[in-house]
Amino acid sequence: MTEFLVPFAYEFFRNGMLAALLVGGLCGLIGVFIVLRGMSYIGHGLSHAAFGGAVLGYVLNVNFYVGAGIAGFLAAMLINQLTKGKQIKSDAAIGIVTTAFFALGIAIISRVRSFTQSFEAALFGNILGVSSMDLIIIASVFVITILAVVFLYRPLLFSTFDPETAGVFGVRTELIQVAFSILLAMAIIASMNIVGVTMIAATLVAPASTARILTDSFSRMLFLSTLLGLVIGAVGMYSSYQFDAASGATIVLTGALAFCLALISAFIRDRRAFKAQIHYHGNVAHAHPHDHTDGHAHSHGPHDHSHDHNHDHEHGDHTHTHEGEASPKTV
Amino acid sequence: MSPNHIIELKDVSTGYKDNPVFTHLNLSLEQGLFAGIIGPTGSGKTTLLKTILGTLKPHGGEVLIMGKPVSSLSRGSVSYVPQLETVDWTFPVTVEQVIMMGLFTNRSYIPWPSREEKTKVAELAEKLGISAYLNQHIRNLSGGQQQRTFLARALISSPKLLVLDEPTSGVDIKTQHDVLHLLKHLNEDGISIIITTHDLNAVAAHLPWVICFNKHVIAAGKPQEVFTSKTLSETYGGDLDVIHHGSHVLIAHSHHHKH
Repeated sequence: MTEFLVPFAYEFFRNGMLAALLVGGLCGLIGVFIVLRGMSYIGHGLSHAAFGGAVLGYVLNVNFYVGAGIAGFLAAMLINQLTKGKQIKSDAAIGIVTTAFFALGIAIISRVRSFTQSFEAALFGNILGVSSMDLIIIASVFVITILAVVFLYRPLLFSTFDPETAGVFGVRTELIQVAFSILLAMAIIASMNIVGVTMIAATLVAPASTARILTDSFSRMLFLSTLLGLVIGAVGMYSSYQFDAASGATIVLTGALAFCLALISAFIRDRRAFKAQIHYHGNVAHAHPHDHTDGHAHSHGPHDHSHDHNHDHEHGDHTHTHEGEASPKTV
Repeated sequence: MSPNHIIELKDVSTGYKDNPVFTHLNLSLEQGLFAGIIGPTGSGKTTLLKTILGTLKPHGGEVLIMGKPVSSLSRGSVSYVPQLETVDWTFPVTVEQVIMMGLFTNRSYIPWPSREEKTKVAELAEKLGISAYLNQHIRNLSGGQQQRTFLARALISSPKLLVLDEPTSGVDIKTQHDVLHLLKHLNEDGISIIITTHDLNAVAAHLPWVICFNKHVIAAGKPQEVFTSKTLSETYGGDLDVIHHGSHVLIAHSHHHKH
């Protein structure tokens, strides 16, 4: 046990662990909306745009977060505008806008080779060099995101589920979209020095996708994804120390492992649920994947019957019960 | 404007960017009506609904709902049920969460529902026969239950006007019948209802008023009067046979072959 705690004796590790927890939780929370809105590619793109802005900011002697923030915000707004007309789809808009910003950063780096090294952290992540300022920024963005998700829960849910109808019901969908884009840009910029531009998309998507497999409830998915993000961040960070590997990579690999485990558990759960539903009428196998609370009839080859919720009925020499519940899929 | 009009479109032109869908449209519908808009794909039915709902701004003219511009109406007085085909059935929401969305009109920024809201949802679900499914995922419902869930979301704000896009598409004939029957009851309770549909026979059997629409209003009135071979061929651009059987009207595809 004491061996397990050894790395915590180092300040750099404690800071790194705290940063990994905060980034994991933040990405887990905001990742829910990314996954459900089908925007996985934008996380990848915006981090690249922010990188270009950070490099440009460096040349212009502007703070890293300011440069990255302006570029991320500009890219998000440009993508929103380009996709409004529906002629240009979002994947194309993201591809053009964010890669252009990234290319600008690469062009500057290749021209001024002297500072190439300092941007490796932004590209691949460097959790060991986390400063107090980095921690304050990540914590602030996490708190702002939690508050926004709590107070905008209803309009966020409605506009994520059904944006067109949400507008009819008075949800200001465009405003919500802008607010979400700002939150996302903030989360990406705050996280990119920790997990790296190249790894951030997976950090955003893995906890939410894992949570989606485990629950069918939106509110539970938000909670579970945030929790998974925290755990994945912590386990990934600890693995980074133990295996002496890049922290961004170990966090992403932990996320991928969690996703695989969730897939396996869902497969086993569905198999069990299906087997539980199978029963036999003579030699005819038969399953109930849906309920019959409306008492509708269905047929089994030569004989028809209708049945109600939670009842026993007989088939030849045996009796069995229909619970009438759909396959369980909640945590 | 007459105080009896629930919807009034005056010289309305609208469309998408440089692509006008209809121009100089005039349409008045009375309070308490239950009307179906029919027309072929691409005739502008959905555009007309969006214009009425205020989600598509007209290029010209005026849209009045209950005598006022849509934007100045109190929230929830006009409600909408989208086509079931457009719903994301994999989205992680339960029946209760979907119905609760309709309460956004209360401007509540508290994420969890109040006891009052829960009671309201439970009562409406009971009325619509879906109370047993409140905690179920929407994917686990039958077509009729799904339609009732989205109807409940629209009704929870106690609207004066209910707009439904293709409520009879993608469901079996019994569910179609049940849905139209339910809408008829809601209409009798005082809600004005307007739907779009492709199902002419369902319109003829269930709806008291029909609007034949193809970029403009071709005819409007009772189905028995409006459904003639002439108006339907003008609306759809093809031959349709109209069979009158007592007070019933049946529409059939024409099979006129040239030899």
